[in-house]
Amino acid sequence: MTAVALRGAIELGLLYALVTAGLFLSYRILNLADLTVDGSFTLGGAASIMVALTGHPWLGILAGVLTGALAGLVTAVMQTKLGIQPILAGILTMTGLYSINLRVMDGRASVNVIGKVTVFTPFQNALGDLGKLVLIALVGAVALGLLVLFLCTQVGLAVRATGDNERMVRSSSVNVDLMKTLGLVLANALVGLSGALLAQYQQSCDVGMGTGVVVIGLASLIIGEAVFGTLVYFCTKRQGVLTGAGCAVVGAVLYRLIIALVIQYNNAPALRFLHITASDMKLLSALIVVVAISYPALRSAAALRRKRARTQKQAKGGGS
Amino acid sequence: MLELSHLVKTFHPGTVNERRAIRDLSLTVPEGQFVTVIGGNGAGKSTLLNLISGALFPDSGSVRLDGQDVTFLPEHRRARDIGRLFQDPLMGTAPNMTLEENLSLAYLRGSHRTFAPAPSRKNEAFFREKLRSLDLGLEDRLKTRVGLLSGGQRQALTLLMATVATPRLLLLDEHTAALDPATADKVLALTDRIVRENRITTLMITHNMASALALGDRTLMLEQGEILLDVSGEERASMTVDALLERFQHQSGAQLVNDRLLLSRG
Repeated sequence: MTAVALRGAIELGLLYALVTAGLFLSYRILNLADLTVDGSFTLGGAASIMVALTGHPWLGILAGVLTGALAGLVTAVMQTKLGIQPILAGILTMTGLYSINLRVMDGRASVNVIGKVTVFTPFQNALGDLGKLVLIALVGAVALGLLVLFLCTQVGLAVRATGDNERMVRSSSVNVDLMKTLGLVLANALVGLSGALLAQYQQSCDVGMGTGVVVIGLASLIIGEAVFGTLVYFCTKRQGVLTGAGCAVVGAVLYRLIIALVIQYNNAPALRFLHITASDMKLLSALIVVVAISYPALRSAAALRRKRARTQKQAKGGGS
Repeated sequence: MLELSHLVKTFHPGTVNERRAIRDLSLTVPEGQFVTVIGGNGAGKSTLLNLISGALFPDSGSVRLDGQDVTFLPEHRRARDIGRLFQDPLMGTAPNMTLEENLSLAYLRGSHRTFAPAPSRKNEAFFREKLRSLDLGLEDRLKTRVGLLSGGQRQALTLLMATVATPRLLLLDEHTAALDPATADKVLALTDRIVRENRITTLMITHNMASALALGDRTLMLEQGEILLDVSGEERASMTVDALLERFQHQSGAQLVNDRLLLSRG
């Protein structure tokens, strides 16, 4: 892989690590499958691009974070106050956001800021090729650092326990609805930040930018947990919040490296007949998530089958 | 002090499934009193505790705790003053978090949660001391995930969590029924000690008539949502399980139907 391709993959990986960290918060910690993400990612990007066009790129990033948080709030209110099932609440927000995102982008399917100043411009001027990577790493480190610090506070502890045993949390005088809301708002703020940075990174935002992001994020998280999480557990026998954030970063970067490798070698004899392109990666992501989540069920089914076969064999052998 | 006045709760009113779970129930439990509650299945014991804890709201009547009307206060607000244990030992603890994290969460009950670090190092010695008092060897396992503990250990931990920030009222809903007899005895002894040491006003539901008489200061028997029997003091001290059963049959004017046999005498 060329240095340019490698750097590009790492840059994208670190950008998407923010989405993965958001899903770590909503999916792993709060145990909620939050499908708002597909919408709030694009919303963050759209808000970021439109504000950046007015000449205020950093305000654009802030707009991306705030609008993402707002999307999370809408989903949370639907779940906790209006009695809508968690999955459906996310789908409703995501669907509604499609129309809103088009309105944010003045009814255009795609908006670009080519030739305008973005948050990356001063870093590229000062540091050249490494500029983008440095900025992404800085923003990512600050955002994930804040997330980890938050989860280690008294409030953060209550959020973590909410996903583990809601009833116990309620009887410890914690407002469970408030904790879920807080978690979803923070998760989508991270997603909005990711979208906002990505839009300025690629100097454009299109309305389909967020499609499948939730699955990509979950696949990254699962890859990260399988590689980094297992490694940390093997070395320290512990799995804390910090490990979770580490899994998000490692998983998201590995995911982008896998894509880069697949695209580079899609003409190799073994792969040529599949005609793999970048657009096939969503299918691959979906498959990764299916396999990883179904693995425990498949394993116990197989174990049961083996056990049954063994007992039947014994019964036959011992009979007569 | 807990004051219940004219509580009424009917499930599915106006349908064929209508069930009057609590009918005009009034009860005053003075500060520091330990009350045991017995009654057959469907007598309304758990509903009563749910009305007190705020998991359910009554159709009429009021619940007052230390003079404050809490009848319609949401469960999590009331939980500032009320500790509660359930029959299922898995219900009261978060399995994927450590003992220390569980205790930290419970210790903050009733106080305003801030962005201060938690679990904080300054509580570690205190938690260790509290765990040592359980005498289950848990004091060296602060960093262990609670899911790795046995049911009895988890229930003892839940008891500690419910009382580590001393509540005004402790509700125990057959909290030893799912444990093996030896562990149940141990948890009951712990319950008695913690309640006495902290002088916590307590309501304990039990299926075991012997422990209903042996523990606490006062015994209530519930039947069809009403208090059928209320004994304390001398009368209770000299009462045997047989005498209790006799009084029960006499008062209810009914024979012992199947579900009442679920009350165990042992």
